Amino acid sequence: MIAHSVFFYIFSLIAIISAVMVTVSKNTVHSVFFLILDFISISCLFIMIGAEFLGMIMLIVYVGAVAVLFLFVVMMLNVAEQKGQWFSSRWDGGTHIPIGLLVSLIIFFELIIVIGGWKYKPDLLNSLSINISNEITNTRSIGNVLYTDYILLFQISGMILLVAMIGAIVLTYRERAGVKRQSYVKQISRERDEGVDLVEAERNKGVKIDA
Amino acid sequence: MNSYFSILFTEVYKILFLLVPVLVSVAMIVWLDRRVWAFVQKRRGPNVVGPFGLFQSLADALKYIFKEIIIPASSNKLVFVLAPVVTMTLALISWAVIPFGEDFVLADINVGILYLFAVSSLGVYGIIMGGWASNSKYPFLGAIRSAAQMVSYEVSIGVIIINVLLCVGSLNLSDIVMAQQNLWFVIPLFPMFVIFFISALAETNRPPFDLPEAEAELVAGYQTEYSGMMYAMFWLGEYANILLMCAMGSVLFLGGWLSPIDTFPFNAIPGPFWLIFKILFLFILFALVKATVPRYRYDQLMKLGWKIFLPFSLFYVVLTSSFLLYFDLLPGK
Repeated sequence: MIAHSVFFYIFSLIAIISAVMVTVSKNTVHSVFFLILDFISISCLFIMIGAEFLGMIMLIVYVGAVAVLFLFVVMMLNVAEQKGQWFSSRWDGGTHIPIGLLVSLIIFFELIIVIGGWKYKPDLLNSLSINISNEITNTRSIGNVLYTDYILLFQISGMILLVAMIGAIVLTYRERAGVKRQSYVKQISRERDEGVDLVEAERNKGVKIDA
Repeated sequence: MNSYFSILFTEVYKILFLLVPVLVSVAMIVWLDRRVWAFVQKRRGPNVVGPFGLFQSLADALKYIFKEIIIPASSNKLVFVLAPVVTMTLALISWAVIPFGEDFVLADINVGILYLFAVSSLGVYGIIMGGWASNSKYPFLGAIRSAAQMVSYEVSIGVIIINVLLCVGSLNLSDIVMAQQNLWFVIPLFPMFVIFFISALAETNRPPFDLPEAEAELVAGYQTEYSGMMYAMFWLGEYANILLMCAMGSVLFLGGWLSPIDTFPFNAIPGPFWLIFKILFLFILFALVKATVPRYRYDQLMKLGWKIFLPFSLFYVVLTSSFLLYFDLLPGK
Protein backbone atom coordinates (compact mmCIF):
# COMPACT_ATOMS: atom_id res chain seq x y z
CA MET A 1 0.00 0.00 0.00
CA ILE A 2 2.92 2.33 0.79
CA ALA A 3 4.44 1.62 -2.60
CA HIS A 4 1.09 2.36 -4.20
CA SER A 5 0.82 5.79 -2.64
CA VAL A 6 4.49 6.54 -3.36
CA PHE A 7 3.86 5.85 -7.05
CA PHE A 8 0.65 7.86 -6.93
CA TYR A 9 2.49 10.90 -5.61
CA ILE A 10 5.33 10.49 -8.08
CA PHE A 11 2.93 10.40 -11.03
CA SER A 12 0.79 13.28 -9.77
CA LEU A 13 3.89 15.37 -9.10
CA ILE A 14 5.11 14.74 -12.65
CA ALA A 15 1.63 15.55 -13.99
CA ILE A 16 1.38 18.84 -12.11
CA ILE A 17 4.94 19.97 -12.81
CA SER A 18 4.66 19.20 -16.50
CA ALA A 19 1.26 20.94 -16.66
CA VAL A 20 2.92 24.05 -15.23
CA MET A 21 5.85 23.69 -17.58
CA VAL A 22 3.48 23.58 -20.58
CA THR A 23 2.50 27.17 -19.89
CA VAL A 24 5.84 28.38 -18.54
CA SER A 25 8.38 27.09 -21.04
CA LYS A 26 9.39 29.56 -23.71
CA ASN A 27 9.95 27.11 -26.53
CA THR A 28 6.58 25.98 -27.95
CA VAL A 29 7.91 22.59 -28.98
CA HIS A 30 9.08 22.02 -25.41
CA SER A 31 5.55 22.92 -24.27
CA VAL A 32 4.13 20.18 -26.44
CA PHE A 33 6.67 17.67 -25.10
CA PHE A 34 5.64 18.60 -21.55
CA LEU A 35 2.00 18.21 -22.60
CA ILE A 36 2.82 14.69 -23.78
CA LEU A 37 4.55 13.94 -20.47
CA ASP A 38 1.44 15.22 -18.73
CA PHE A 39 -0.84 12.95 -20.76
CA ILE A 40 1.39 9.96 -20.07
CA SER A 41 1.50 10.51 -16.31
CA ILE A 42 -2.29 11.02 -16.22
CA SER A 43 -2.79 7.76 -18.06
CA CYS A 44 -0.50 6.14 -15.49
CA LEU A 45 -2.82 7.51 -12.79
CA PHE A 46 -5.82 6.04 -14.64
CA ILE A 47 -4.09 2.67 -14.71
CA MET A 48 -3.32 2.94 -10.99
CA ILE A 49 -7.01 3.30 -10.09
CA GLY A 50 -7.76 0.25 -12.19
CA ALA A 51 -9.18 2.03 -15.22
CA GLU A 52 -6.69 0.44 -17.58
CA PHE A 53 -8.92 0.81 -20.65
CA LEU A 54 -9.24 4.57 -20.17
CA GLY A 55 -5.50 4.89 -19.57
CA MET A 56 -4.64 3.06 -22.77
CA ILE A 57 -7.23 4.95 -24.82
CA MET A 58 -5.80 8.17 -23.41
CA LEU A 59 -2.35 7.12 -24.61
CA ILE A 60 -3.56 6.04 -28.05
CA VAL A 61 -5.85 8.98 -28.78
CA TYR A 62 -4.15 11.91 -27.09
CA VAL A 63 -0.48 10.98 -27.16
CA GLY A 64 -0.50 8.83 -30.28
CA ALA A 65 -2.64 11.04 -32.50
CA VAL A 66 -3.65 14.44 -31.11
CA ALA A 67 -0.27 15.44 -29.70
CA VAL A 68 1.46 14.32 -32.90
CA LEU A 69 -0.71 16.77 -34.84
CA PHE A 70 -0.01 19.47 -32.22
CA LEU A 71 3.69 18.87 -32.62
CA PHE A 72 3.31 18.96 -36.36
CA VAL A 73 1.70 22.39 -36.30
CA VAL A 74 3.97 23.82 -33.62
CA MET A 75 7.10 22.60 -35.39
CA MET A 76 5.95 24.38 -38.54
CA LEU A 77 5.40 27.56 -36.53
CA ASN A 78 8.81 27.16 -34.99
CA VAL A 79 10.41 27.29 -38.39
CA ALA A 80 8.83 30.72 -38.79
CA GLU A 81 9.90 31.73 -35.27
CA GLN A 82 13.53 31.54 -36.23
CA LYS A 83 12.89 34.30 -38.73
CA GLY A 84 11.48 36.41 -35.92
CA GLN A 85 7.95 36.68 -37.26
CA TRP A 86 6.00 34.82 -34.60
CA PHE A 87 6.08 35.13 -30.85
CA SER A 88 8.33 38.15 -30.87
CA SER A 89 9.06 39.44 -27.39
CA ARG A 90 7.68 42.95 -27.98
CA TRP A 91 4.58 43.98 -26.07
CA ASP A 92 1.50 43.77 -28.28
CA GLY A 93 -0.56 46.26 -26.25
CA GLY A 94 -2.03 43.62 -23.94
CA THR A 95 -4.94 42.69 -26.21
CA HIS A 96 -4.58 39.01 -25.35
CA ILE A 97 -5.00 39.53 -21.60
CA PRO A 98 -8.79 40.23 -21.53
CA ILE A 99 -9.50 37.21 -23.75
CA GLY A 100 -7.27 35.02 -21.61
CA LEU A 101 -9.01 36.26 -18.46
CA LEU A 102 -12.43 35.54 -19.98
CA VAL A 103 -11.46 31.99 -20.94
CA SER A 104 -9.94 31.24 -17.55
CA LEU A 105 -13.02 32.69 -15.78
CA ILE A 106 -15.30 30.43 -17.80
CA ILE A 107 -13.14 27.40 -17.01
CA PHE A 108 -13.07 28.39 -13.34
CA PHE A 109 -16.88 28.59 -13.14
CA GLU A 110 -17.25 25.29 -14.97
CA LEU A 111 -14.95 23.68 -12.42
CA ILE A 112 -16.99 25.23 -9.58
CA ILE A 113 -20.20 23.83 -11.07
CA VAL A 114 -18.74 20.35 -11.50
CA ILE A 115 -17.02 20.12 -8.12
CA GLY A 116 -19.91 21.86 -6.35
CA GLY A 117 -22.44 19.44 -7.81
CA TRP A 118 -20.27 16.58 -6.73
CA LYS A 119 -19.91 18.04 -3.23
CA TYR A 120 -23.57 18.84 -2.59
CA LYS A 121 -25.07 15.79 -4.20
CA PRO A 122 -22.62 12.97 -3.47
CA ASP A 123 -25.20 10.29 -4.34
CA LEU A 124 -25.35 11.53 -7.94
CA LEU A 125 -23.08 8.78 -9.17
CA ASN A 126 -24.91 6.05 -7.27
CA SER A 127 -28.26 7.17 -8.63
CA LEU A 128 -27.20 6.10 -12.12
CA SER A 129 -28.31 2.53 -12.56
CA ILE A 130 -24.92 1.10 -13.48
CA ASN A 131 -24.00 -1.87 -11.43
CA ILE A 132 -20.25 -2.07 -11.10
CA SER A 133 -19.02 -5.56 -10.61
CA ASN A 134 -15.49 -6.67 -10.00
CA GLU A 135 -15.95 -9.90 -11.92
CA ILE A 136 -15.84 -8.40 -15.40
CA THR A 137 -12.99 -6.33 -16.80
CA ASN A 138 -13.62 -2.63 -17.12
CA THR A 139 -13.30 -2.80 -20.91
CA ARG A 140 -16.33 -5.08 -20.93
CA SER A 141 -18.28 -2.97 -18.45
CA ILE A 142 -17.70 0.20 -20.49
CA GLY A 143 -18.85 -1.68 -23.57
CA ASN A 144 -21.94 -2.92 -21.74
CA VAL A 145 -23.24 0.59 -21.06
CA LEU A 146 -21.74 2.41 -24.04
CA TYR A 147 -23.46 0.25 -26.65
CA THR A 148 -26.76 -0.18 -24.83
CA ASP A 149 -27.86 2.73 -22.58
CA TYR A 150 -25.75 5.42 -24.23
CA ILE A 151 -25.80 4.22 -27.82
CA LEU A 152 -27.55 7.40 -29.02
CA LEU A 153 -25.05 9.75 -27.40
CA PHE A 154 -22.21 7.61 -28.65
CA GLN A 155 -23.49 7.67 -32.22
CA ILE A 156 -24.21 11.40 -32.09
CA SER A 157 -20.68 12.17 -30.91
CA GLY A 158 -19.34 10.02 -33.71
CA MET A 159 -21.53 11.92 -36.17
CA ILE A 160 -20.29 15.27 -34.86
CA LEU A 161 -16.69 14.18 -35.31
CA LEU A 162 -17.43 12.96 -38.81
CA VAL A 163 -19.09 16.25 -39.75
CA ALA A 164 -16.16 18.19 -38.29
CA MET A 165 -13.73 16.08 -40.28
CA ILE A 166 -15.62 16.51 -43.55
CA GLY A 167 -15.95 20.25 -42.82
CA ALA A 168 -12.19 20.59 -42.33
CA ILE A 169 -11.53 18.76 -45.58
CA VAL A 170 -14.06 20.88 -47.51
CA LEU A 171 -12.65 24.12 -46.08
CA THR A 172 -9.05 23.35 -46.95
CA TYR A 173 -9.62 21.60 -50.26
CA ARG A 174 -8.54 23.59 -53.29
CA GLU A 175 -8.86 22.51 -56.88
CA ARG A 176 -5.54 23.23 -58.51
CA ALA A 177 -4.94 23.33 -62.22
CA GLY A 178 -2.13 21.39 -63.79
CA VAL A 179 -1.91 18.60 -61.22
CA LYS A 180 -0.96 15.31 -62.81
CA ARG A 181 -2.78 12.41 -61.27
CA GLN A 182 -1.82 8.80 -61.59
CA SER A 183 -4.55 6.49 -62.79
CA TYR A 184 -3.67 2.83 -62.34
CA VAL A 185 -6.50 1.75 -64.65
CA LYS A 186 -5.26 4.01 -67.43
CA GLN A 187 -1.70 2.81 -66.98
CA ILE A 188 -2.55 -0.85 -67.02
CA SER A 189 -5.06 -0.67 -69.85
CA ARG A 190 -2.56 1.00 -72.19
CA GLU A 191 -1.99 -1.21 -75.24
CA ARG A 192 0.89 -1.54 -77.64
CA ASP A 193 -1.12 -0.14 -80.56
CA GLU A 194 -1.70 3.24 -78.98
CA GLY A 195 1.64 3.48 -77.21
CA VAL A 196 4.05 2.53 -80.04
CA ASP A 197 3.99 3.88 -83.54
CA LEU A 198 6.19 2.45 -86.29
CA VAL A 199 7.37 5.21 -88.61
CA GLU A 200 9.19 4.84 -91.91
CA ALA A 201 12.02 7.35 -91.58
CA GLU A 202 13.40 8.98 -94.69
CA ARG A 203 17.14 9.28 -94.91
CA ASN A 204 18.75 12.58 -93.95
CA LYS A 205 15.36 14.12 -93.29
CA GLY A 206 14.19 12.65 -90.02
CA VAL A 207 10.63 12.35 -88.89
CA LYS A 208 8.27 15.02 -87.74
CA ILE A 209 6.11 13.82 -84.88
CA ASP A 210 2.80 15.56 -84.47
CA ALA A 211 2.39 15.69 -80.75
CA MET B 1 8.11 -3.18 2.93
CA ASN B 2 10.48 -6.15 2.85
CA SER B 3 8.11 -8.17 0.70
CA TYR B 4 7.82 -5.19 -1.60
CA PHE B 5 11.56 -5.22 -2.21
CA SER B 6 11.61 -8.96 -2.79
CA ILE B 7 8.84 -8.55 -5.39
CA LEU B 8 10.80 -5.72 -6.98
CA PHE B 9 13.91 -7.88 -7.08
CA THR B 10 12.19 -10.84 -8.75
CA GLU B 11 10.55 -8.51 -11.27
CA VAL B 12 13.88 -6.94 -12.19
CA TYR B 13 15.33 -10.43 -12.57
CA LYS B 14 12.45 -11.41 -14.89
CA ILE B 15 12.82 -8.21 -16.92
CA LEU B 16 16.53 -8.89 -17.42
CA PHE B 17 15.70 -12.47 -18.39
CA LEU B 18 13.42 -11.06 -21.12
CA LEU B 19 15.45 -8.08 -22.30
CA VAL B 20 18.88 -9.67 -22.70
CA PRO B 21 17.60 -12.34 -25.16
CA VAL B 22 15.63 -9.66 -27.03
CA LEU B 23 18.73 -7.48 -27.42
CA VAL B 24 20.89 -10.43 -28.49
CA SER B 25 18.27 -11.54 -31.00
CA VAL B 26 18.05 -7.99 -32.37
CA ALA B 27 21.79 -8.20 -33.09
CA MET B 28 21.32 -11.61 -34.71
CA ILE B 29 18.34 -10.44 -36.72
CA VAL B 30 20.35 -7.62 -38.27
CA TRP B 31 22.82 -10.23 -39.46
CA LEU B 32 19.95 -12.40 -40.80
CA ASP B 33 18.46 -9.41 -42.59
CA ARG B 34 21.73 -8.62 -44.34
CA ARG B 35 22.30 -12.30 -45.18
CA VAL B 36 18.84 -12.76 -46.74
CA TRP B 37 19.22 -9.52 -48.61
CA ALA B 38 22.61 -10.62 -49.91
CA PHE B 39 21.37 -14.06 -50.99
CA VAL B 40 18.54 -12.54 -53.01
CA GLN B 41 21.06 -10.36 -54.80
CA LYS B 42 23.52 -13.26 -55.30
CA ARG B 43 26.10 -11.79 -52.93
CA ARG B 44 27.61 -13.41 -49.87
CA GLY B 45 26.73 -10.84 -47.26
CA PRO B 46 28.60 -10.54 -43.95
CA ASN B 47 30.55 -13.83 -43.64
CA VAL B 48 33.91 -12.90 -42.12
CA VAL B 49 33.48 -12.27 -38.38
CA GLY B 50 32.84 -15.56 -36.57
CA PRO B 51 31.12 -18.66 -38.03
CA PHE B 52 28.97 -17.61 -41.03
CA GLY B 53 29.66 -14.02 -40.01
CA LEU B 54 27.38 -14.43 -36.99
CA PHE B 55 29.33 -11.93 -34.89
CA GLN B 56 29.18 -9.18 -37.51
CA SER B 57 26.59 -7.22 -35.54
CA LEU B 58 28.69 -7.43 -32.38
CA ALA B 59 31.70 -6.11 -34.30
CA ASP B 60 29.53 -3.29 -35.66
CA ALA B 61 28.27 -2.47 -32.17
CA LEU B 62 31.86 -2.35 -30.90
CA LYS B 63 32.72 0.03 -33.72
CA TYR B 64 29.76 2.28 -32.87
CA ILE B 65 30.71 2.37 -29.19
CA PHE B 66 34.20 3.65 -29.96
CA LYS B 67 33.06 6.25 -32.47
CA GLU B 68 32.76 9.86 -31.45
CA ILE B 69 29.28 11.14 -30.62
CA ILE B 70 28.84 14.43 -32.45
CA ILE B 71 26.15 16.81 -31.22
CA PRO B 72 25.58 19.62 -33.73
CA ALA B 73 26.24 23.07 -32.28
CA SER B 74 22.87 24.53 -33.29
CA SER B 75 20.84 21.50 -32.20
CA ASN B 76 18.49 21.39 -29.23
CA LYS B 77 20.85 19.29 -27.15
CA LEU B 78 18.57 17.73 -24.55
CA VAL B 79 15.95 16.66 -27.07
CA PHE B 80 18.67 15.52 -29.45
CA VAL B 81 20.08 13.16 -26.83
CA LEU B 82 16.65 12.03 -25.63
CA ALA B 83 15.38 10.99 -29.09
CA PRO B 84 17.38 7.74 -29.50
CA VAL B 85 16.74 6.89 -25.85
CA VAL B 86 12.98 7.25 -26.39
CA THR B 87 13.08 5.09 -29.52
CA MET B 88 15.06 2.37 -27.81
CA THR B 89 13.00 2.36 -24.59
CA LEU B 90 9.67 2.25 -26.41
CA ALA B 91 10.89 -0.58 -28.61
CA LEU B 92 11.88 -2.61 -25.55
CA ILE B 93 8.97 -1.98 -23.13
CA SER B 94 6.40 -3.40 -25.51
CA TRP B 95 7.96 -6.87 -25.12
CA ALA B 96 6.53 -6.98 -21.59
CA VAL B 97 3.11 -8.18 -22.77
CA ILE B 98 4.11 -10.65 -25.53
CA PRO B 99 3.09 -14.15 -24.34
CA PHE B 100 5.78 -16.74 -25.08
CA GLY B 101 3.73 -19.60 -23.72
CA GLU B 102 0.93 -20.43 -21.36
CA ASP B 103 1.69 -18.44 -18.17
CA PHE B 104 5.03 -17.51 -19.71
CA VAL B 105 4.58 -13.76 -19.96
CA LEU B 106 6.06 -10.87 -18.00
CA ALA B 107 2.84 -8.82 -17.61
CA ASP B 108 -0.41 -10.63 -18.38
CA ILE B 109 -2.56 -7.47 -18.43
CA ASN B 110 -6.21 -7.27 -19.49
CA VAL B 111 -5.63 -4.68 -22.19
CA GLY B 112 -2.46 -6.18 -23.64
CA ILE B 113 -3.28 -5.47 -27.26
CA LEU B 114 -4.19 -1.87 -26.46
CA TYR B 115 -0.87 -1.52 -24.62
CA LEU B 116 1.01 -2.79 -27.67
CA PHE B 117 -0.95 -0.44 -29.91
CA ALA B 118 -0.37 2.53 -27.60
CA VAL B 119 3.37 1.93 -27.29
CA SER B 120 3.78 1.47 -31.03
CA SER B 121 1.89 4.72 -31.60
CA LEU B 122 4.31 6.45 -29.21
CA GLY B 123 7.20 5.22 -31.35
CA VAL B 124 6.77 8.16 -33.70
CA TYR B 125 8.06 10.56 -31.04
CA GLY B 126 11.62 9.29 -31.16
CA ILE B 127 11.69 10.09 -34.85
CA ILE B 128 9.99 13.49 -34.57
CA MET B 129 12.23 14.52 -31.66
CA GLY B 130 15.37 13.45 -33.48
CA GLY B 131 14.30 15.21 -36.66
CA TRP B 132 13.33 18.44 -34.98
CA ALA B 133 16.22 18.67 -32.53
CA SER B 134 18.83 18.19 -35.26
CA ASN B 135 17.89 21.65 -36.58
CA SER B 136 18.69 20.69 -40.13
CA LYS B 137 16.45 20.41 -43.15
CA TYR B 138 16.89 16.76 -44.12
CA PRO B 139 16.15 15.36 -40.65
CA PHE B 140 13.19 17.72 -40.34
CA LEU B 141 11.67 16.67 -43.65
CA GLY B 142 12.27 13.02 -42.77
CA ALA B 143 10.59 13.45 -39.38
CA ILE B 144 7.52 15.13 -40.90
CA ARG B 145 7.21 12.40 -43.51
CA SER B 146 7.46 9.67 -40.95
CA ALA B 147 4.94 11.27 -38.59
CA ALA B 148 2.35 11.46 -41.36
CA GLN B 149 3.15 7.93 -42.48
CA MET B 150 2.97 6.31 -39.07
CA VAL B 151 -0.25 8.07 -38.08
CA SER B 152 -1.88 6.99 -41.36
CA TYR B 153 -0.95 3.34 -41.11
CA GLU B 154 -1.80 3.10 -37.42
CA VAL B 155 -5.40 3.73 -38.34
CA SER B 156 -5.58 0.66 -40.55
CA ILE B 157 -3.66 -1.45 -37.99
CA GLY B 158 -6.22 -0.39 -35.37
CA VAL B 159 -9.12 -1.48 -37.57
CA ILE B 160 -7.41 -4.81 -38.31
CA ILE B 161 -6.97 -5.39 -34.57
CA ILE B 162 -10.73 -4.77 -34.16
CA ASN B 163 -11.33 -7.60 -36.65
CA VAL B 164 -9.33 -9.99 -34.52
CA LEU B 165 -10.91 -8.77 -31.29
CA LEU B 166 -14.39 -9.42 -32.69
CA CYS B 167 -13.45 -13.08 -33.03
CA VAL B 168 -11.85 -13.28 -29.58
CA GLY B 169 -13.93 -11.11 -27.27
CA SER B 170 -10.98 -10.13 -25.09
CA LEU B 171 -8.09 -7.68 -25.21
CA ASN B 172 -5.74 -10.05 -23.40
CA LEU B 173 -2.99 -11.42 -25.64
CA SER B 174 -3.03 -14.86 -24.02
CA ASP B 175 -6.78 -15.06 -24.64
CA ILE B 176 -6.21 -14.07 -28.25
CA VAL B 177 -3.78 -16.96 -28.65
CA MET B 178 -6.04 -19.45 -26.84
CA ALA B 179 -8.96 -18.47 -29.11
CA GLN B 180 -6.93 -19.78 -32.06
CA GLN B 181 -6.62 -23.32 -30.74
CA ASN B 182 -8.94 -24.73 -33.39
CA LEU B 183 -8.30 -22.33 -36.23
CA TRP B 184 -5.57 -19.74 -36.68
CA PHE B 185 -7.04 -16.38 -37.57
CA VAL B 186 -4.83 -16.23 -40.65
CA ILE B 187 -7.35 -18.54 -42.41
CA PRO B 188 -10.64 -16.68 -41.91
CA LEU B 189 -8.99 -13.25 -41.83
CA PHE B 190 -6.39 -13.82 -44.55
CA PRO B 191 -6.93 -10.43 -46.31
CA MET B 192 -6.50 -8.73 -42.95
CA PHE B 193 -3.24 -10.62 -42.38
CA VAL B 194 -1.89 -9.35 -45.72
CA ILE B 195 -2.93 -5.78 -44.92
CA PHE B 196 -1.46 -6.08 -41.42
CA PHE B 197 1.83 -7.26 -42.88
CA ILE B 198 2.01 -4.35 -45.34
CA SER B 199 0.97 -1.83 -42.67
CA ALA B 200 3.64 -3.24 -40.36
CA LEU B 201 6.20 -2.58 -43.08
CA ALA B 202 4.98 1.02 -43.26
CA GLU B 203 4.82 1.38 -39.49
CA THR B 204 8.42 0.31 -39.00
CA ASN B 205 9.69 2.41 -41.94
CA ARG B 206 10.90 -0.65 -43.77
CA PRO B 207 11.33 -0.73 -47.53
CA PRO B 208 9.27 -0.23 -49.71
CA PHE B 209 7.95 2.42 -47.30
CA ASP B 210 11.30 3.74 -46.03
CA LEU B 211 10.56 7.30 -47.19
CA PRO B 212 11.56 8.93 -43.86
CA GLU B 213 15.12 7.82 -44.53
CA ALA B 214 15.08 7.71 -48.31
CA GLU B 215 18.78 8.05 -49.00
CA ALA B 216 18.31 9.32 -52.53
CA GLU B 217 16.48 12.45 -51.44
CA LEU B 218 16.96 12.95 -47.68
CA VAL B 219 20.52 11.63 -47.01
CA ALA B 220 19.40 9.45 -44.08
CA GLY B 221 16.27 11.30 -42.98
CA TYR B 222 15.97 11.87 -39.25
CA GLN B 223 19.22 9.97 -38.57
CA THR B 224 21.39 12.28 -40.66
CA GLU B 225 22.99 14.17 -37.77
CA TYR B 226 23.43 11.17 -35.48
CA SER B 227 26.66 9.32 -35.04
CA GLY B 228 28.28 6.69 -32.87
CA MET B 229 26.27 5.00 -30.15
CA MET B 230 23.27 7.31 -30.59
CA TYR B 231 22.88 6.18 -34.19
CA ALA B 232 23.28 2.59 -33.05
CA MET B 233 20.45 3.07 -30.54
CA PHE B 234 18.12 4.29 -33.29
CA TRP B 235 19.13 1.28 -35.27
CA LEU B 236 18.59 -1.18 -32.42
CA GLY B 237 15.22 0.39 -31.64
CA GLU B 238 14.17 0.09 -35.26
CA TYR B 239 15.02 -3.60 -35.44
CA ALA B 240 13.46 -4.30 -32.03
CA ASN B 241 10.29 -2.67 -33.41
CA ILE B 242 10.40 -4.85 -36.51
CA LEU B 243 10.74 -7.96 -34.34
CA LEU B 244 7.86 -6.71 -32.22
CA MET B 245 5.65 -6.26 -35.26
CA CYS B 246 6.51 -9.83 -36.31
CA ALA B 247 5.63 -11.03 -32.81
CA MET B 248 2.35 -9.09 -32.95
CA GLY B 249 1.54 -10.66 -36.31
CA SER B 250 2.24 -14.14 -34.99
CA VAL B 251 0.15 -13.58 -31.87
CA LEU B 252 -2.79 -12.04 -33.74
CA PHE B 253 -2.91 -14.28 -36.80
CA LEU B 254 -0.51 -17.23 -36.58
CA GLY B 255 -1.58 -18.64 -33.23
CA GLY B 256 1.28 -17.36 -31.04
CA TRP B 257 2.89 -20.20 -29.12
CA LEU B 258 0.47 -22.88 -30.44
CA SER B 259 1.80 -25.64 -32.66
CA PRO B 260 0.27 -25.91 -36.16
CA ILE B 261 -1.17 -29.37 -35.55
CA ASP B 262 -1.89 -30.63 -32.06
CA THR B 263 -0.29 -34.08 -32.53
CA PHE B 264 2.80 -35.70 -31.09
CA PRO B 265 5.92 -34.53 -32.94
CA PHE B 266 4.63 -30.97 -33.12
CA ASN B 267 3.27 -30.39 -29.63
CA ALA B 268 6.38 -31.91 -28.05
CA ILE B 269 8.24 -28.74 -29.02
CA PRO B 270 7.70 -26.15 -26.27
CA GLY B 271 5.57 -23.09 -27.03
CA PRO B 272 8.26 -20.39 -26.98
CA PHE B 273 10.06 -22.15 -29.83
CA TRP B 274 6.93 -22.09 -31.97
CA LEU B 275 6.56 -18.36 -31.34
CA ILE B 276 10.22 -17.83 -32.27
CA PHE B 277 9.78 -19.88 -35.47
CA LYS B 278 6.79 -17.76 -36.45
CA ILE B 279 8.59 -14.51 -35.68
CA LEU B 280 11.53 -15.69 -37.79
CA PHE B 281 9.21 -16.71 -40.62
CA LEU B 282 7.59 -13.27 -40.67
CA PHE B 283 10.98 -11.58 -40.39
CA ILE B 284 12.35 -13.46 -43.39
CA LEU B 285 9.28 -12.28 -45.32
CA PHE B 286 10.15 -8.71 -44.21
CA ALA B 287 13.73 -9.19 -45.45
CA LEU B 288 12.56 -10.65 -48.77
CA VAL B 289 10.24 -7.69 -49.31
CA LYS B 290 13.15 -5.35 -48.63
CA ALA B 291 15.25 -7.14 -51.21
CA THR B 292 12.67 -7.29 -53.98
CA VAL B 293 10.28 -4.32 -53.92
CA PRO B 294 11.14 -0.80 -55.14
CA ARG B 295 10.38 2.21 -52.97
CA TYR B 296 6.93 3.81 -53.10
CA ARG B 297 6.35 7.42 -54.05
CA TYR B 298 4.94 9.47 -51.18
CA ASP B 299 1.52 10.13 -52.75
CA GLN B 300 1.20 6.43 -53.57
CA LEU B 301 1.94 5.62 -49.93
CA MET B 302 -0.78 7.94 -48.68
CA LYS B 303 -3.23 6.70 -51.32
CA LEU B 304 -2.58 3.10 -50.29
CA GLY B 305 -3.06 3.83 -46.61
CA TRP B 306 -6.13 6.04 -46.68
CA LYS B 307 -7.98 5.11 -49.86
CA ILE B 308 -7.39 1.36 -50.08
CA PHE B 309 -6.43 -0.14 -46.73
CA LEU B 310 -8.72 1.88 -44.48
CA PRO B 311 -11.98 1.39 -46.47
CA PHE B 312 -11.20 -2.26 -47.09
CA SER B 313 -10.44 -3.08 -43.45
CA LEU B 314 -13.56 -1.16 -42.35
CA PHE B 315 -15.58 -3.20 -44.83
CA TYR B 316 -14.02 -6.36 -43.40
CA VAL B 317 -15.06 -5.30 -39.88
CA VAL B 318 -18.66 -5.12 -41.09
CA LEU B 319 -18.27 -8.45 -42.85
CA THR B 320 -16.72 -10.19 -39.83
CA SER B 321 -19.24 -8.85 -37.35
CA SER B 322 -22.24 -9.67 -39.53
CA PHE B 323 -20.87 -13.16 -40.16
CA LEU B 324 -20.35 -13.73 -36.43
CA LEU B 325 -23.80 -12.32 -35.67
CA TYR B 326 -25.61 -14.32 -38.35
CA PHE B 327 -24.07 -17.65 -37.40
CA ASP B 328 -24.32 -16.82 -33.69
CA LEU B 329 -20.57 -17.21 -33.15
CA LEU B 330 -20.01 -14.00 -31.17
CA PRO B 331 -17.73 -14.70 -28.21
CA GLY B 332 -18.40 -13.78 -24.60
CA LYS B 333 -22.09 -14.58 -24.36
